[in-house]
Amino acid sequence: MTAEFDVAVIGGGLVGAALAWGMARAHQRVVVLDEGDIAHRASRANFALVWVQSKGLGMPEYASWTKRSSDAWQGLAEELEQSTGVDVGFSRPGGFTLALSDAELEARAQQLQRLHNQPNMVRYPYEMLDRDALLARLPRIGSEVVGASYCPLDGQCNSLRLLYAFHTGMRQLGAEYRPGHVVHAIDYQNGVFLLRNSSAVVQAEKVVLAAGIGNARLAPMVGLKAPVRPQRGQLVVTERVEKFLGHPLVTIRQTEEGTVMLGDSQEEAGLDETVGLGVTAAIASRAVRMFPLLKSLNVVRTWAGLRVMTQDGFPIYDESSSRPGAFLATCHSGVTLAAGHALTLAPMIAAGSLSSDLDVFSARRFDVQTAA
Amino acid sequence: MFRRLPDAAAAAVTIAVDGHFVPARVGDTVAAALLAAGFGTFRTTGVSGASRGPYCLMGVCFDCLVAIDGIGSRQACLVQVREGMRVETQRGRRPVGP
Repeated sequence: MTAEFDVAVIGGGLVGAALAWGMARAHQRVVVLDEGDIAHRASRANFALVWVQSKGLGMPEYASWTKRSSDAWQGLAEELEQSTGVDVGFSRPGGFTLALSDAELEARAQQLQRLHNQPNMVRYPYEMLDRDALLARLPRIGSEVVGASYCPLDGQCNSLRLLYAFHTGMRQLGAEYRPGHVVHAIDYQNGVFLLRNSSAVVQAEKVVLAAGIGNARLAPMVGLKAPVRPQRGQLVVTERVEKFLGHPLVTIRQTEEGTVMLGDSQEEAGLDETVGLGVTAAIASRAVRMFPLLKSLNVVRTWAGLRVMTQDGFPIYDESSSRPGAFLATCHSGVTLAAGHALTLAPMIAAGSLSSDLDVFSARRFDVQTAA
Repeated sequence: MFRRLPDAAAAAVTIAVDGHFVPARVGDTVAAALLAAGFGTFRTTGVSGASRGPYCLMGVCFDCLVAIDGIGSRQACLVQVREGMRVETQRGRRPVGP
């Protein structure tokens, strides 16, 4: 059993790259097999939030996992900058979710109350703010804003630089990156995985499926399941303007360079990545009601991306019982969870098994729902 | 750097650039008028503060951005001058309104 690599990661987006970097850092011989530019890459379309508030209603373990990654993010950012020279632009000033009506504010308050009332919910601070309290912190809000939820743990980064830093870092640590390498079949012989495409076979002792919505196709090859679907999100970005917003909002944030990103639409549109004026207009209109100053800014680009969504919205982390050494990781929050993937999940896979506190994230949870 | 062709005979108009009157001709783009008047730098960038001026003159490069009649970051090469037009060169990131 002398495979060429300790581990092959399928997928070179944020999830795959974070895991590859983390495993190379744990002295594994890593190869990353990536589709390359043709991939439906969620990592190119995301909003770059490192977001905690409101996550985990229905699965408090997800709230814990999210908070744990958020807490580790500063260390990750520092290590990436020291080792690769890439500043991933992380800050954690706390984030807001604004409400444009009393009904929205009340619904938000109830949602967060239900979240935090769950048994085994991890404890962290958050606040509901009325308009006056919010004005003290976000003086540029429009007259329709009635209040907000605030959580000091929320932050943001530059997710394109994050992807670049992981790729730079993993290669520094000896990982091999092979773009344009779609995996067609995965065989398992004498404890070694053989990953085939039309022209090559890669041998590895472990394999990690981190191919986003591609995991649905790959998972059965190693005796796993990945019931994920694409969910389209559209984004709008403006020209660079003077800094007016120092905090990320769930639908609006200003980047370090001054552009303003508007987003967070959620549409079921299959693999269609096109942008529609109806949705971007709705995004822009809501954003202008929140910050009227946005009205005069030029939009420089709109685009759409496909989130990787499970039935319940939570990640899947799994290992195969029929093909020991095969793992799967899939989620829609590859930025927020980057530190958890790189610093916690990657060492587990490097060591050969997932710890039992990740059992709850297995796709077996969907079998239970089907039976019931 | 630029001189008008001697046979350029279009009617004269006057625009204001950063508060100064600048002569132009009907049919000029804002970029052409500013270049003819000796402006090399139209703006400085929002990140490094580097100087920028018209490069492609056909709407592609976005280096000629100026504020026109109060609306910022317009492409000077795609807008024709009008009598009394107010143009401001831009320094760094655009200010945001109230």
